[in-house]
Amino acid sequence: MNRFARFADSDIAWSFRHSPVAIVSATVALIIILSAVFAPLIAPHDPFNPATLNLMDGFTPPMEPNAISGNVYWLGTDNQGRDIFSAILYGARISLFVGFSAVLFAMVLGILLGLTAGWRGGMVDAVLMRIADIQLSFPSILIALLIFGIARGIIPPSMREDVAIWVLIISIGLSDWVQFARVVRGATLVEKNKEYVQAARIIGVHPVRVVLGHILPNVMGPVLVIATISLALAIIAEATLSFLGVGVPPTQPSLGTLIRIGQGFLFSGEWWILLFPSIALLALALSVNLLGDWLRDALNPKLR
Amino acid sequence: MIAYILRRVFQSIIVMLVVGLVSFSLFRYVGDPVATMMGQEASIADRAELRERLGLNDPFFVQFFNYASRALQGDFGISYRLQQPVMGLIMSRLPATLELAFVSGLFAFVAGVTFGVYTALNRQGWISNFIMTVSLIGVSLPTFLIGVLLIWLFAVELQMLPSFGRGQTVRLGYWTTGFLTESGRASLVLPAITLGLYQMTLIMRLVRAEMLEVLRTDYVKFARARGLSNRAIHFGHALRNTLVPVVTITGLQLGSIIAFAIITETVFQWPGVGALFINSVQFVDVPVMAAYLMLIALIFVIINLVVDLLYYAIDPRLRVERAHAQH
Amino acid sequence: MADPLLSVRDLVVEFPTRRGILKAIDQISFDIAPGEVLGVVGESGAGKSLTGAAIIGLLEPPGRIAGGEIWLRGQRIDNLPREAMRRMRGKRIGMVFQDPLTSLNPLYTVSRQLSETIVTHLDVSQAEARKRAIALLDRVGIPAAARRIDDYPHHFSGGMRQRVVIALALAAEPELVIADEPTTALDVSVQAQIIELIKEICAERGSSVMLITHDMGVIAETADRVAVLYAGRLAEIGPVREVITRAQHPYTKGLMGSIPTLAHDEDRLVQIPGSMPRLNAIPPGCAFNPRCPEVFDRCVRERPELLDTSPGRQVACWLYDEQGAGS
Repeated sequence: MNRFARFADSDIAWSFRHSPVAIVSATVALIIILSAVFAPLIAPHDPFNPATLNLMDGFTPPMEPNAISGNVYWLGTDNQGRDIFSAILYGARISLFVGFSAVLFAMVLGILLGLTAGWRGGMVDAVLMRIADIQLSFPSILIALLIFGIARGIIPPSMREDVAIWVLIISIGLSDWVQFARVVRGATLVEKNKEYVQAARIIGVHPVRVVLGHILPNVMGPVLVIATISLALAIIAEATLSFLGVGVPPTQPSLGTLIRIGQGFLFSGEWWILLFPSIALLALALSVNLLGDWLRDALNPKLR
Repeated sequence: MIAYILRRVFQSIIVMLVVGLVSFSLFRYVGDPVATMMGQEASIADRAELRERLGLNDPFFVQFFNYASRALQGDFGISYRLQQPVMGLIMSRLPATLELAFVSGLFAFVAGVTFGVYTALNRQGWISNFIMTVSLIGVSLPTFLIGVLLIWLFAVELQMLPSFGRGQTVRLGYWTTGFLTESGRASLVLPAITLGLYQMTLIMRLVRAEMLEVLRTDYVKFARARGLSNRAIHFGHALRNTLVPVVTITGLQLGSIIAFAIITETVFQWPGVGALFINSVQFVDVPVMAAYLMLIALIFVIINLVVDLLYYAIDPRLRVERAHAQH
Repeated sequence: MADPLLSVRDLVVEFPTRRGILKAIDQISFDIAPGEVLGVVGESGAGKSLTGAAIIGLLEPPGRIAGGEIWLRGQRIDNLPREAMRRMRGKRIGMVFQDPLTSLNPLYTVSRQLSETIVTHLDVSQAEARKRAIALLDRVGIPAAARRIDDYPHHFSGGMRQRVVIALALAAEPELVIADEPTTALDVSVQAQIIELIKEICAERGSSVMLITHDMGVIAETADRVAVLYAGRLAEIGPVREVITRAQHPYTKGLMGSIPTLAHDEDRLVQIPGSMPRLNAIPPGCAFNPRCPEVFDRCVRERPELLDTSPGRQVACWLYDEQGAGS
């Protein structure tokens, strides 16, 4: 059987086909991701370009023609005349970019450190795990904030806006590597003592090959589950930091920034500025979370 | 037992020292205190003089020692932004945060255990499924969004609860409390729910998972084989064994509640230390950042210590005093 | 058998799975007389433990009784409502599990676990329950019972713990005790003591014992009769001495031959070729036919019925069918 046929017949594929939750959340997530990736093609306006913004179009309710210009916006506009629909698309784009990058960073860092700790053992392992323990006992948002603060202190104000996104990615990633490291370390310790690994070492196979070729594939299952859940957490973390005003720069609003703006106009009645970005964020986080949950259950041998 | 306590205390001191070191490095090396304090126009001579006066030219460990000894006396320097002693700022805002943390922690624990036990014992049934779905949403909703949506629903639309601030507070010596006034209590509701919701879902899922695990054990099977009633099994054996890990994990969560308060305080404009910290990050007000770090570390360390001792009290397997010869 | 204590008729236990329904127990029938010890022997997976679980009503879902009847002293018990079943457990049927370490709740004292059981089934005060508990512990051979009753399970060694488990199982004075591999997890030196204890106590009280094990040696020492299970079916049943020395079913013969003995010199242990089929791959006809050295035509076509070969002995093998063995 070719690989695809084998995969389609596997327990995982069966579990996916029979779980309406998994199918729906995967679909929703896919829609959001695709819309975000193709935002420049889909969005009717470019919300980041100040030149195209018309202040007079501000505060237009959804689907109603603007009093002055007569333009209709599907989801309305915010206080600066930004089309909410476009803003959501571009905002989701940023959220996803930051989320994926942060998780990728955390994953690579965590895997490397985990492999090193597990393979080397001894002092290296002890020190790394101590650091991991201490970091785990602090909430990740605090760590992200701290790193952000330090970065801000070091980087001169003129450069801050350009590197803001990268600082964000690094701070979220640095606050999240521990789970990956732990799982990989555990698996490395288990595999290290198995006969085939010892045999390979005796033959003289380079340890890096042993590690990458044998230990890594065994670990990818749990790593994938952690990655999915981390993605949801990273998206939420970015939104939170942007909401607090220490995330993306205000000229490139992400979903979190939009919600912050929306909160300011709750009492004056422009509810759409808050509602639609909130729904978008919720849909994104929820679908990724559900996928992660389903994946964890599907890969859990105890529940089969 | 005494040896155990001493060991834990010693470990805690080490952790505090490490955090102190990090904190101090932050304080000393991030940003330039002289530039911040004196502005751009100060002459080079003035700056040099200030550096000398602040002791910035002394060796590293001397500076650290000074910092640490001042910190032990409660002196964390002056806030760059507000030009007031940091300690005073923190202390004046601590009661607000602590009260909020306490109420939401209580809410999270009580609601979490209740729902957790219910969904573990009634695995099928629409109520359980409903609760589990809501819990999933609770984990996916960022805290700030919960807060904002709650404000929208209860403060704007229904106009039942206040949307910001602490309401009226009463001063009791050094402490200010919101428990004693109606507006104070009303102001606590939305922020407490916001802050506690995430913890509640965590606790609930933990209790449920633990309980299901316990219900599968051999001793529960044996208890059933002895004909014990469902009530005795569920609320006697199962619950007791479930709560042991849950209590410890909840205790550890308490620390993170205080940290998460940062977000909630921002949403509700709650005058606590969290809001103070966020402002200090935005303005790179390093003395405040450093002091907040130390404070959080201290709280965590104390909570960890208390939880460890609690665990010791609850789980008899950890106690080795009975010098029975095993036979 | 006249007036058996327990009567199992054509019991069927099924497990619905994703890939179809598995029959773990396929029409087993046997009786247990009052006061007798019936050994139930077989390989792992033959269905011994499931039989015990089905009798006491503790089959884990999705497993369920799909056919047959179970009678206890003339009363049908397999279809009782849950509450009635619960009252019966412990009071009329007791069960001892394999692992004494996990059978006891680590957070409760032995006293609490014993008293709780006694009070559930017998209408006595807590003080009276405690007295009986101490007497029980004494009877099962725990020295200084009055002092040790307040100890926690982890204060006892493995053998002592199993004695406590036996005390618990017998606390409410059941008529039938199901012992599921009671000595497998214990040291060899302790095994004999525990088996002896079970036999003694049950003889004292006139209780019957269903002793489930894979260890023929234990059966030979303790049981009055023995039932041999294979792939969820009954292969042979009869008095212990006869089944061991003059086994009739080819599987039983293989089993006896594979036990090493010091009686005569053997170069190699006799092995039965192949292995017991998995539940979803049971061959048609007699389940043992692919491995049987005496297989013939009929074995592959028809599943053998339980045939009487002498008073008190039954075998499920076509070799013993007078009307046409070999046709």
